[in-house]
Amino acid sequence: MATFLDAGAVGKRPVLRDVQPTSRAAARSKVALSMYTDLPDGEIAIEEFERFAMDRLRVLKGIDDLKVKGFRPDQMQEKVIELYEKHMSASSREERQRKDVVSHFVLRLAYCRTEDLRRWLIAQECDLFRARFREMLPSEQKAFMEANELPFRPLGRPDFEEVREQLAAVAASLGQALASSALRRGDVPHDNYYKVPFEQVPDLVGGRKVYLQAGYAYVSKDQMSSLVVQPFRAALSKALVVTARRWAAVVAPEEADRLTPVVESLSQRYLGPDYSDPEKRGVVGTVSAGDIPRLVRESFPLCMASMYQASWALHDSHHLKHEGRMQFGLFLKGIGLPLEEAIRFWRTEMAPVAPGEKFDKQYLYNVRHNYGKEGNRKDYTPYTCMKIIGSTPGVGQVHGCPYKTFSQESLRAALARLQVAPTKIEEACNKAKAGHFQLACAAAWEGKHGCACDTGINHPNQARACYYAESRRVLDQEQQAAGGQPGGQAGAAAAAAGTGGQPYTPGPQTATRQLQNALGSNGPQPDSAPAKMQRVG
Amino acid sequence: MSGEQAGAGPMATDFNNMGVQDMMKLYYSRLFPHQEMYKWLAYGNDGKHPKSDGTFFQRREFCFTLDGDIFVRYQSFKDGGEMAAALKDRCPSKIDIGPVYNVDPQRRAAYQGSGQGFSPLERELVFDIDLTDYDDVRTCGKEGHICGKCWPLMAAAIKILDAGLRQDFGFQHVFFVYSGRRGVHCWVCDERARKLTDEQRSAIANYFAVYKGQERGVAKLALSLDDHPAIARAYELLREAFEQRILPEQRLLEDEQQAQAVLAYLPNDAIREEVQRRWQHRSGSEERWEALVEAVEEEADALEVQGRKRQGGGDAPRAAGKAMRKALKDIVCAYTYPRLDMEVSKKMNHLLKAPFCVHPKTGKVCVPIDPDHAWEFDPDAVCTVGGLLNQLNSSSGGAVQGEEPWRATDMSQAVDTFRACFLDELQAEVKAGLAEKARQAAAEPTLAW
Repeated sequence: MATFLDAGAVGKRPVLRDVQPTSRAAARSKVALSMYTDLPDGEIAIEEFERFAMDRLRVLKGIDDLKVKGFRPDQMQEKVIELYEKHMSASSREERQRKDVVSHFVLRLAYCRTEDLRRWLIAQECDLFRARFREMLPSEQKAFMEANELPFRPLGRPDFEEVREQLAAVAASLGQALASSALRRGDVPHDNYYKVPFEQVPDLVGGRKVYLQAGYAYVSKDQMSSLVVQPFRAALSKALVVTARRWAAVVAPEEADRLTPVVESLSQRYLGPDYSDPEKRGVVGTVSAGDIPRLVRESFPLCMASMYQASWALHDSHHLKHEGRMQFGLFLKGIGLPLEEAIRFWRTEMAPVAPGEKFDKQYLYNVRHNYGKEGNRKDYTPYTCMKIIGSTPGVGQVHGCPYKTFSQESLRAALARLQVAPTKIEEACNKAKAGHFQLACAAAWEGKHGCACDTGINHPNQARACYYAESRRVLDQEQQAAGGQPGGQAGAAAAAAGTGGQPYTPGPQTATRQLQNALGSNGPQPDSAPAKMQRVG
Repeated sequence: MSGEQAGAGPMATDFNNMGVQDMMKLYYSRLFPHQEMYKWLAYGNDGKHPKSDGTFFQRREFCFTLDGDIFVRYQSFKDGGEMAAALKDRCPSKIDIGPVYNVDPQRRAAYQGSGQGFSPLERELVFDIDLTDYDDVRTCGKEGHICGKCWPLMAAAIKILDAGLRQDFGFQHVFFVYSGRRGVHCWVCDERARKLTDEQRSAIANYFAVYKGQERGVAKLALSLDDHPAIARAYELLREAFEQRILPEQRLLEDEQQAQAVLAYLPNDAIREEVQRRWQHRSGSEERWEALVEAVEEEADALEVQGRKRQGGGDAPRAAGKAMRKALKDIVCAYTYPRLDMEVSKKMNHLLKAPFCVHPKTGKVCVPIDPDHAWEFDPDAVCTVGGLLNQLNSSSGGAVQGEEPWRATDMSQAVDTFRACFLDELQAEVKAGLAEKARQAAAEPTLAW
């Protein structure tokens, strides 16, 4: 069983497995939290391999869901720990640690293959790591830092006195009035602060949460977790790239029959339907340029509809700024508009301001670029809600998430134009006001379709997919019944798989296939699984 | 007299009447400061020093925009000579500078998919500020427009960035350049800046980002009740810029609609009405601003007195007083705080137009700006390619032997600014770094006897 985990290692001891653990490694194994620099020892049964990974995925997906619901990292602490306790507990401390390490390395394998998967895994793993670090006692934190050789030195007294006023100002700017006045009075010990190169705490720098002077960031003890997460993130990010290369070159071909299907299905079914690849979903060509005005009215989420039909939008002004063209164009690609049709669509819409040659010169490249036919030929994926919410339209730009950017009045008017039921308009406006933009979108969806949206909206293309599923709901349910979906574990697997068994998947076949995948080796009837899945490595 | 002169020479062309693209060949061969550009971008790796990296410059991506808006990416050159020859030969209407990759970008195909891959290794940290992003707060014009009245917005941006980059981040090799039409680019060239990851770049961009776009009709600002030291420093500068230059020159409080937009930043209707009452007999922007400040501060004082009286009654009135005062900060920052194009700064492989390019529409040269004289910079007086060629023409006899021809034109001042504000110091550091490397190598024990 050596090979698969080797591929996931950072590369410290890639092949030799039975060397004596160093004293550092021994110290590390005593601490509950891991930087995952050491590979797990011993053999792992395929069955365990997948079960551990599924449990960890449940935690990570739970963290992702919290963020979708609008929780900020500092508000998730308790919930994240709860999730971890629920899914990752084990009979003994050793077993618990082993499960933690093994599941982490398996997910490295499963989520190393594309940039999007890597980004997702890094984001959730860092949030988990931060929460677990914060949960430790100060003495444990200290032991962890020493065991992992994280060289953070507390500030000396003279250095501290020099910047004390500024540190107080920063604390005040963060709303920490007590900490600020304690600093002003001199009631804070100097070794409560660390001085590190600003590169090590990008999140604190970006949020203006630290005092910066001449390239150094002054980090308080409360902010230690950021300091520790950074090397964790850097190491994980680097390791995933190495793993991807090794996986493609060595492991995947060797393991084509055994591990590859397990690993690949782990990532696929988990994130739900893969909206990034219309080809895989088989929807390419199901939409043509002429369908779009109708589809805008019927099935587009507000962010897309309002970029198309409004006095300021594409159809009326015949123009969208670059960011808008990206957001809208990639969405169209995601619902299955092929390149030729996309060119036809944009050419027609923009004709009054960019006729003939002007379009070819200024915009054609852009459309082809979105489809991976120009420049570095990257096949761009449709934007997720997080990305859309995160973008901030400037003057004259109409992209972004309307639930965030519109005033209450314009939001109300826009939703009415979209023919959303009045009660749901109110609900959507209230959710938007409270900062729950995706819940607002789900409410609008419900108000438009007159039924409940169980999955939540975290991808505008999903909002579109919802509509399709609606018309085929009956068929979907029949198929699931025929597939003999057992309760218990399979239900849990489907729930864990996000949209797996729920009504709003792109089509019944995909859902069934995903369920079968999910049932693969950890389903209730191991006998029916292929024999080689039972083999121990 | 001038007629005589013009008639006497065989080259009686007035370049100001010629299309920009037609002048580019002459521009690249006679006026473009190839040597300075190469000295900058080689960072000492010019092959002369034994410790320098001879492949460094060759691994840098250039992107040419050729006539007809054709992008040609992944161009690279062995050295300054090869770059100069390519510019003269192909006359790009725009040159973009990309990152330094792990391998020569022209040969990227051979590495893509191999174990080594093809990826950017380093790149200057860059910022792009564009006046079009200020269209809601300038009254003198929109979109491509730029004039002396809206330039103070750019000057303020330069000041804020320059102070933050140097004092907070400790960068030393920073220069600013006019982008040719309606904005400013900033290049940070310290080794530490060049090696930043995308995440760290995003963090720095966010550190400077106070303006977070438009939301519900007003600018959304990331400002807290109490200021971070960097914001306090910026606000001090911006308040002065706002009151001395921007408010009077943009006449922000005279037009009814504009004035209402300013009032929208005040925390409640009562104070808005109070301000409007005081405005009834005042019409100038400056006196109206004074009235607004007075009204807000009086109200804030009153709230704070109320807070002190109500001992133990909670902090609500004092907080309200603070929020009242913050409204002034909101207005000043909404109208003046630098609005960065964040995407440009966030990614290592984002292309950015090179300094000393010529804007194809205006013919203006992208000249460096001395941040110490940012307020005095006049975008209307920037030298144009036509003007420079005219100067060159009329001085043709007077050029000093062996000197670059542009020495006789206004390009001379532009290059001097580039050297004085940036290049000379960079080169001194690069040289010292190479000498240090050589010294260390000499001190190391060697196996070769």
